Amino acid sequence: MSIKNKVAIVGIGETKVGKLPGRDPITIQAEAIRLALEDAGLTNKDVDCLLAKGLMDEPEFMQSTHLFEYLGMHPKITSCMDAGGASPCLMAMTAASLINAGLCEVAVCVEGENDATFVRRQEGVGMSRVSEESENVYGFIAAPVSYAMAARRHMHEFGTTGEQLAAIAVAMRKHACLNENATMRTPITIEDVMNSRWIAEPLHLLDCCLVSDGGGAFVVTTAERARNLKKRPVYILGAAAQMTHNRISQSPNPTHPGAWDAAPRVYEMAGVGPKDIDVAEIYDCFTITVLEQLEAYRFCGRGEGGRFVEGGRIELGGELPVNTHGGLLSQAHIDGMLHVVEGVRQVRGEGGARQVPNAEIALVTGNGGILSTHTSLILARG
Amino acid sequence: MTTEYKRPLPLPTTDTKPYWEACARHEFIIPRCRSCGKHFFYPRSLCPNCMSTDLEWVKASGRGKVYSFSVVQHPFRPEWKDAVPYVAALVDLEEGPRMSTNIVGCKPEEVKIDMPVEVVFEDLVPGVAVPKFKPSSR
Repeated sequence: MSIKNKVAIVGIGETKVGKLPGRDPITIQAEAIRLALEDAGLTNKDVDCLLAKGLMDEPEFMQSTHLFEYLGMHPKITSCMDAGGASPCLMAMTAASLINAGLCEVAVCVEGENDATFVRRQEGVGMSRVSEESENVYGFIAAPVSYAMAARRHMHEFGTTGEQLAAIAVAMRKHACLNENATMRTPITIEDVMNSRWIAEPLHLLDCCLVSDGGGAFVVTTAERARNLKKRPVYILGAAAQMTHNRISQSPNPTHPGAWDAAPRVYEMAGVGPKDIDVAEIYDCFTITVLEQLEAYRFCGRGEGGRFVEGGRIELGGELPVNTHGGLLSQAHIDGMLHVVEGVRQVRGEGGARQVPNAEIALVTGNGGILSTHTSLILARG
Repeated sequence: MTTEYKRPLPLPTTDTKPYWEACARHEFIIPRCRSCGKHFFYPRSLCPNCMSTDLEWVKASGRGKVYSFSVVQHPFRPEWKDAVPYVAALVDLEEGPRMSTNIVGCKPEEVKIDMPVEVVFEDLVPGVAVPKFKPSSR
């Protein structure tokens, strides 16, 4: 039944990120897929499953069918999935399950969009949008407002400080500085974060993710097939998911997200624990999002996330490097797809300047909405 | 001279129509399930606790507590420029449900978690009112 060690990620693709003016989403998705297949040593003819994150800005009816047609594929299975930023890990576990069930053999999972140039074209303001019919009247019109509810509550319950949240932003930026394909590459200090303007208190500008153009993709296949391909396979040891709500007012507990339930399940399937994780690519739409997931994944106790991120613990060279690519906070907002890509890269040993030495086991998480949806994968070197 | 209200107005659905009609009369009503007895918000066509469709609208006390809040400083869209800073909040109603709202009637820096609040209606345009919350007079 379990997918553990039955499937592997054998190819990854990543487009340039930041601003890609004039690029329609389908061209971004196609490029990411072309790069991932090239990396896997496979072609469009080998693909029998295509999963795509549903487009956010200009949704298209049956978009993934347009995409596979564009790519000259005739897959057995296709679908768009939309659990927000939890989609990439959700696509991975779906692909793994379909492959494990014998319903397909080579699955491509993709996310790609032009949110930065689209948003700017429409509104002239660069923040992601949350559109809820009765929340909009009160000014809950962008994700930072809702995530601020969780941050304020976490500070109230556990004494978490703005400086502690800032340490997360500083770490992501440090890593982005080592990543040529990152948008923000000027180092920042905790003071810089604290001095950056308020967006929705207690979140400063630098506590908030970027809005970006760009895309990524990965290829999943059977462990057997993986062993005959050109690159070292990255096995999916475990996967888990937990969804809790849509709107922040309906969250059972904004400081105790679904990650708390998913974490023990993914560890159990993988047969590892927090101490075994060498590198963690943690969905980071806001600094508070990372902090809460670090607690949920039992890297520290509940409420201790603030202390855990102090002193460089989550930086390269520290106890648990987090978001070695710079994350949504400093690399780009590619909906968590590049967290999967980076996790694979690290476990393969292809991290270059930002390689975690001897990284064998990676945790990758996804989060969507307002701490609404949560997914995770544990990847291991083949 | 009338200035057009450019920020979002409520968009009544089949579930919320009675709610917004009551709001226009400055009456604060919330749904309650007759099967399991729980109040819930936002309005739905069935009870999110037990799935019963045996529902009723009840007059809520209007009292609650601040669960969390944020002083929003950044106007995400041009029409919010003259609204910032405003206080976005989650309020726990006395009856149980939690709702998104604004805290008004005090300085943003005076808002605290667990602060007792009570409902106050604000007319956004003639005939369209939304419930907001102000510090409780008690």
